[in-house]
Amino acid sequence: MSDTTTTAGQPLLQLRGVSKHFGPVQALTDIDLDVPHGQITALCGDNGAGKSVLVRTISGIHQPDRGQMLWEGHPVHIHSPREASRLGIETVYQDLALADNLDIVQNMFLGRERLRRGLLDEDDMERTAAQTLSDLRVTTVRSIRQPVGSLSGGQRQSVAVAKAVMWHSKLVILDEPTAALGVVQTGMVLALIRRLRDSGLAVIVISHNLNDVFAIADRIAVLYLGHMVVQASVSDLDRQRVVEYMTTGTAGRNGQEAGLAPAERSQP
Amino acid sequence: MTELRNDPATAPRVEPGAGIAGETPQDISAEAVLDIPPELVAQSLGDYLRAWLVRLRSGESGVLPVIAGLVVISVVFELISPGRVFLSADNLVNLLQQSAFYMVLGMAEIFVLLLGEIDLSIGFVAPVGAIITIQLVEPQTANWPWYLGIAVGLLACALWGAAQGTLITRFRLPSFIVTLAGLLVANGVLLFILLIGPFSGYPSLNGPGDNLRMLHNLMNGTIDAAVSWVAMGLLVAGVGLGLWLRDSRRRASGLVAPPASLTLLKIALIAAVGIALVGICSVNRAAFGNVSGVPWFIPIILVVLGAWMILLQRTRFGRYVYAIGGNPEAARRAGIPVARIRTWAFTLCSLTAGIGGLLYASRLDGLSNNVNGGQDTLYAVAAAVIGGTSLFGGRGKAIHGVLGGLVIGGIYNGMFLLGLDVKWEFIVTGFVLLVSVSIDSLSRRGASGGSVAHV
Repeated sequence: MSDTTTTAGQPLLQLRGVSKHFGPVQALTDIDLDVPHGQITALCGDNGAGKSVLVRTISGIHQPDRGQMLWEGHPVHIHSPREASRLGIETVYQDLALADNLDIVQNMFLGRERLRRGLLDEDDMERTAAQTLSDLRVTTVRSIRQPVGSLSGGQRQSVAVAKAVMWHSKLVILDEPTAALGVVQTGMVLALIRRLRDSGLAVIVISHNLNDVFAIADRIAVLYLGHMVVQASVSDLDRQRVVEYMTTGTAGRNGQEAGLAPAERSQP
Repeated sequence: MTELRNDPATAPRVEPGAGIAGETPQDISAEAVLDIPPELVAQSLGDYLRAWLVRLRSGESGVLPVIAGLVVISVVFELISPGRVFLSADNLVNLLQQSAFYMVLGMAEIFVLLLGEIDLSIGFVAPVGAIITIQLVEPQTANWPWYLGIAVGLLACALWGAAQGTLITRFRLPSFIVTLAGLLVANGVLLFILLIGPFSGYPSLNGPGDNLRMLHNLMNGTIDAAVSWVAMGLLVAGVGLGLWLRDSRRRASGLVAPPASLTLLKIALIAAVGIALVGICSVNRAAFGNVSGVPWFIPIILVVLGAWMILLQRTRFGRYVYAIGGNPEAARRAGIPVARIRTWAFTLCSLTAGIGGLLYASRLDGLSNNVNGGQDTLYAVAAAVIGGTSLFGGRGKAIHGVLGGLVIGGIYNGMFLLGLDVKWEFIVTGFVLLVSVSIDSLSRRGASGGSVAHV
């Protein structure tokens, strides 16, 4: 499930000076971002800050106009979601992209079905899917063969995440994983995300919900109008300052924290 | 693994904080039992039957409503038909013959209904394929061997479907309009081809030659009783053995599988249907002389049914058809070639319709301009939906076309026995369709309501 052999100290994914514009709109300007192994990086920002564009750039839907992406230290150009998958980048979008009429196994293998003598190898796929779910301790679904449409919101999110990590992925990107969930189910999904981190994966979580961010993130990166305004370990930030970064692009109105952001940017 | 499928009441509880910890089994079981196929959670036949009843009460469809409908049709018509002839062997064979065309057209329609699309053209595309075959085989025109004629006729249907599918997928035209246009064009093409040759627009299969005889026999030829029994025995044994081996292998390796008693029940049902079918067909059904044996069209329909069941349930193509019907965006993101799969579904729909057209022409012993293609199309859609296939895409099986076709044939046959003419047949079939769509619609609303409540 995870390749934990990390090159010491080197982040799994590094973005350097990545910019992207759509017509006259500058969506991303000079973005630097480090995504280390075995850590949860929360990507915060107000609506229109560029979170989605950034994530879509990493997962191959958009190509950057300028800048460089380094994957395990090597420069890469990701031209399609398929290429991103091949590198080990999987993205779970907010709509989860599950087919309600298919069961859990069928959804987890959708588009990558295993065959035996030309026919679907259901036994093999069911075993693998069950193993992945049990590794992630997603154990309260009644049957792995029940249609996804009959699952609760948290269970659906879990299946989408399990689907993403089943393919030897190294980086999992989650777009607002708790947006539609109640308290209990949110707790369940957050626990699942922690387990991904603990198994050595790099995780990027987009979230508006600062409670969730502070509950799980190791690092927080804040986007403001297409600029990366701060990137720091969660212990160096507090809720108040993250909100200020998200809404004004700077923090420390009192002056006491002026100049903190550039300093933090250097330390992953 | 085991806790994934066990009854939650007996399953080991998950560690706190893990999985969906706060969600107790009691929370989900009441609603979940409604939308999970009972065989997934039942560990014994008793469990299975209980889950079944709950689902039935909740209006969740499947093949049950249509089988219940068939039973009702049988009982009612048997009781009120003059001389109680509805369930007599010769009438049942007749009923099967009347249903055959709708069964095959229903199976055809399912390919596109699964995508959430519709094909309104098959009622005329089917006879177009048949008329091409007949014209090629007629000794006075091309005089081809029957198999070449059939191959070209079916190929023409497949190309027709591919053309419609291409217009729908590549040019993003609505399937409703494209296939409605296809219906009209096919009607014209049929009239065109009918007039070729010295048949005054009525090419018949009653002419001389083995090739015409072959086409005539598709519906009317019979298989020797001894051969039928042996073939049926082998088929039931093969299917039964396959089912048993698969289920017991899955049970042994801890995969989701029905209890052994249920597997046996399924095999027993298949055997019962096989024995009943061959038994009914073995009775002499002629007023004078002797006509008995299984008509050819029954194995033809079984082959089509078996092939499409395997294609839809056991291959990537089938899986992708369901995925596109369930969530096209998810299918696209999973890297599925959505446009190609959809075009193929329209192609297979028309190809299957072509097989139906051959049966239709064989039963009428030829073709004339007296083809009611518009009505046949609507009956095909009705057969699929009555059988349990959803109009909204993503849910349905090939067997639904066969069962729905039987319902339509049963109503037609019963009305005829009662001396009620076609106006009553239309009215009754219309109401049966309305009930079926309501069941589909209500169960769908129930299912989505359930998952919204979970969120």
